[in-house]
Amino acid sequence: MTFLGMPVTAPRGVGHLRGDQPFPEAAREALGNSQLRRNLRHATTTIRGKSGRVIAELPDWQQLRDAGSAIKADVMSRLPELLEQLEERVTAAGGVVHWAADANEANAIVTDLVRRTGSERVIKVKSMATQEIGLNEALEAAGITPVETDLAELIVQLGDDKPSHILVPAIHRNRSEIREIFLRAMPGVDPALTDDPPVLAAAARRYLRETFLSTKVAVSGANFAIADTGTLGVVESEGNGRMCLTLPDTLITVMGIEKVLPTWGDLEVFLQLLPRASTGERMNPYTTMWTGVTPGDGPQNFHLVLLDNGRSAVLADPAGRSALHCIRCSACLNVCPVYERTGGHSYGSVYPGPIGAVLSPQLTGVADNASLPYASSLCGACFDACPVKIDIPSMLVHLRNKVPHPPAERAAMAAAARIMNRPRLYASAQRAAKMARIVGRRGRGLPPPLSGWTAGRDLPEFPKQTFRDWWAQREQP
Amino acid sequence: MRIAFFATCLADTLFPEAAKATVRLLERLGHEVVFPFEQTCCGQMHINTGYQKEALPLVKRYASTFDPYDVIVVPSGSCAGSIRHQHAMVASAYGDAGLAARSESVAARTYELSELLIDVLGIEDVGAYYPHRVTYHPTCHSLRMIRVGDKPLRLLRKVRGLDLVELPGAEQCCGFGGTFAVKNAETSTAMLADKMTSIVSTGADVCTAGDTSCLMHIGGGLNRLRTGVKTVHLAEILASTEYS
Repeated sequence: MTFLGMPVTAPRGVGHLRGDQPFPEAAREALGNSQLRRNLRHATTTIRGKSGRVIAELPDWQQLRDAGSAIKADVMSRLPELLEQLEERVTAAGGVVHWAADANEANAIVTDLVRRTGSERVIKVKSMATQEIGLNEALEAAGITPVETDLAELIVQLGDDKPSHILVPAIHRNRSEIREIFLRAMPGVDPALTDDPPVLAAAARRYLRETFLSTKVAVSGANFAIADTGTLGVVESEGNGRMCLTLPDTLITVMGIEKVLPTWGDLEVFLQLLPRASTGERMNPYTTMWTGVTPGDGPQNFHLVLLDNGRSAVLADPAGRSALHCIRCSACLNVCPVYERTGGHSYGSVYPGPIGAVLSPQLTGVADNASLPYASSLCGACFDACPVKIDIPSMLVHLRNKVPHPPAERAAMAAAARIMNRPRLYASAQRAAKMARIVGRRGRGLPPPLSGWTAGRDLPEFPKQTFRDWWAQREQP
Repeated sequence: MRIAFFATCLADTLFPEAAKATVRLLERLGHEVVFPFEQTCCGQMHINTGYQKEALPLVKRYASTFDPYDVIVVPSGSCAGSIRHQHAMVASAYGDAGLAARSESVAARTYELSELLIDVLGIEDVGAYYPHRVTYHPTCHSLRMIRVGDKPLRLLRKVRGLDLVELPGAEQCCGFGGTFAVKNAETSTAMLADKMTSIVSTGADVCTAGDTSCLMHIGGGLNRLRTGVKTVHLAEILASTEYS
C-alpha cells in the first residue's frame, strides 16, 4: 500500500537493480572462473596501489574527506530546496528540466525527447543512472539505437554483457577477450585486428569518431550539478564524453537527484577527492561543465531529467541515507576482499561491491535484495577507503536488521539469545555441545546450514573443560 | 590493579587456553583478575546477523555485569569493537536512554588485551619467552574498528626467543566475518585460501592474532590442509615463560 507523500522504492520489471539469483549462488559460479579471478586480482591490485600512492601525497586527505562528507550531509538535509533552485537556474539558462519519479517515467521522458528530434540513434556518455533504469533497452524497444562511447562501456555493449564495476565496467575482460568481441560485433572492424592495446583502442576510435560526427542526439549522466549556477558536470578520462557533450544538437542528461551540490566552490573538494580515490590520478583528465544552452556553441537543446527511482526512500532512513553521499569513485570496490574474488556480476545490480550492497537494497527495498547486506565480512576496508566517509559496515549491519529472516534461522538465533541470557543454562549448553560432538559426528562434517564451514575448514577440538569450569575449580591465588 | 575479565563466549567454550593465558599473564604482572560468572556473550553474532532486538538482553547483561568495575579486559578486538561501537546503538534502538548511557560508560572502560597492556598498564615487555617463528595477522576489527595499530607487534617484538616474520598482505581480511563464513562459505574460503598462502609463505610455525574467532577460521583451514602451521592467540604467547 502506498500513501500519498510516502517515498516509494524503485519499481520491479525495469532497470538493473535486482539480480536473477541470490549473491551466494552467483558468487559460487564466479569463484570458479579462474580467468575472471586473475583479471580482477590484477586490476584491483593495480588501481589500489596507484590510488594509495597519490592519496599519500596529500597532507590534508582526511580533512578533504571530512569536508566532502559534510557537504553531502548538508545537501541531503535540504535536497528539495536545492533541486528547485537547480531547476530555476537551468531553466533560466535555456535548459528544460523534467522530474522522473522512477525508471519508467525517466525512460518514457528520454524516449519521447529523442523521438521528437527524429533521430534513430543516440550517442551515450558513460552513466550509472541510465544503466540503473535500463534506458538502452527502453530506447531499443522504441527503435532507437543507443551507442555507448566510453571504451569499456562499448566493450560491454558489443559483448552483449553487463558492466561489472562502476568505473571500469569491463574489468572482468582481458585484451584477448576484447579482441574477440570487437571482431564479432564492431561494425567495419579490420579482420586483421590484434590484441595489442593501442591497436584495440585505435579500432574503437575509428568506429566512435564516425558515430560522433553523424549523430545528432546525446544522452549523458552527471557527476555534479551546481544548484547556485545551474551548471552540470561530467568527469571522464577518454574525451569521448566531451565529444558527446559538445558535438550533437540535443543533449539529454539523466541525473540522480542526490548529485546536486550547493555552490561552484564545493567542486574544489570533490575534484580533489574523486580522481585520487577512483583512478589514482592527481587531476581528472576531461572535466566538462555546461550551463544551459550557449547560442552558437555546443548543443542548442538541453534537457535535464531529475531521477528519483527510490532515492527519496533512501533519504527517509536516517541510518541509511548517507549511501546517497556516494560519488561513484569505486574505491570501496577496489579494496573489497569480497568484490576482488566474486566480481561485480555476483551482486546482480549495476551497483556492485560494498556501496552496491548498501545502495541497491535501499533503492529496491531490502526484501528484493535480501542477500546483499550479507555479501561482506564487515572487514571495514571500504569505510577507510571511502573519500566521503560513508560508514558502509555500520550500514550493512543496519540493513541486515531490516531483512526478512528465514524462520528457521530466526528460531535458532532467538534460542541462542535466550540461552546466552541465562548463565547456568549457558554453562549446561556448553557441556551439552561438547557431548554432542563426542557422541555425534566426531569428524569433519556439520549438517546444513553449517556444512559450508566444514567444507573447507576443520572444526576445533572441543576442550576438556570450559574456561568457566576451570575458573570455578582452580585455587584462587 | 583489579581487572575484570570478559572471556568471550568463544574463548570460554572452545578456546579456554587463550582465556587462561590472559589470566596467567595479568596475574604474573601483579594484577588481580576477577571473572564475574554472570557474563556470557557480547551479542555481536546477533547484531551482525540482523537480530538487534534479540541481542538487547545480552547488551544489557554485559553492562550490568561489568558496570561495577573500573577496568575490563577482553582478549578479542572484535568483541571489544562490538561493545564499543554497537552496544549503545542497540541500547538506544531497542532499550532506553539510561541503558545506552550505561553501555557507553562500560564500553569506555573496556580494553582489548594489547590496549590494556600498553595504554593502561604502560608495559611493552611482559617478560615472555616463546622460541618460535611467528607471524602476526592483524584482525579486521582490531585494526579498523578499535584501531590497535601496532600495539600487538610492539608486545611481540619484546618476547624473548621469538622470531617475528612479516605477513604479506597482512591487512586483508581472512574471510571469517562471523556468520559470513556460513552464509557465504565459498567466498569466505576463497579469502581464506589467499590468507593461508601468505601465512605459509612466511615459513612461520605459528600464526598469531588477537581474536580466537579469526584464528578458529584460519586454524581450521591450515589444519585441513595439514600445513603444520599452528594458530595461537596473542595472550598465549605473552603468557609463556621459560619456566612454563
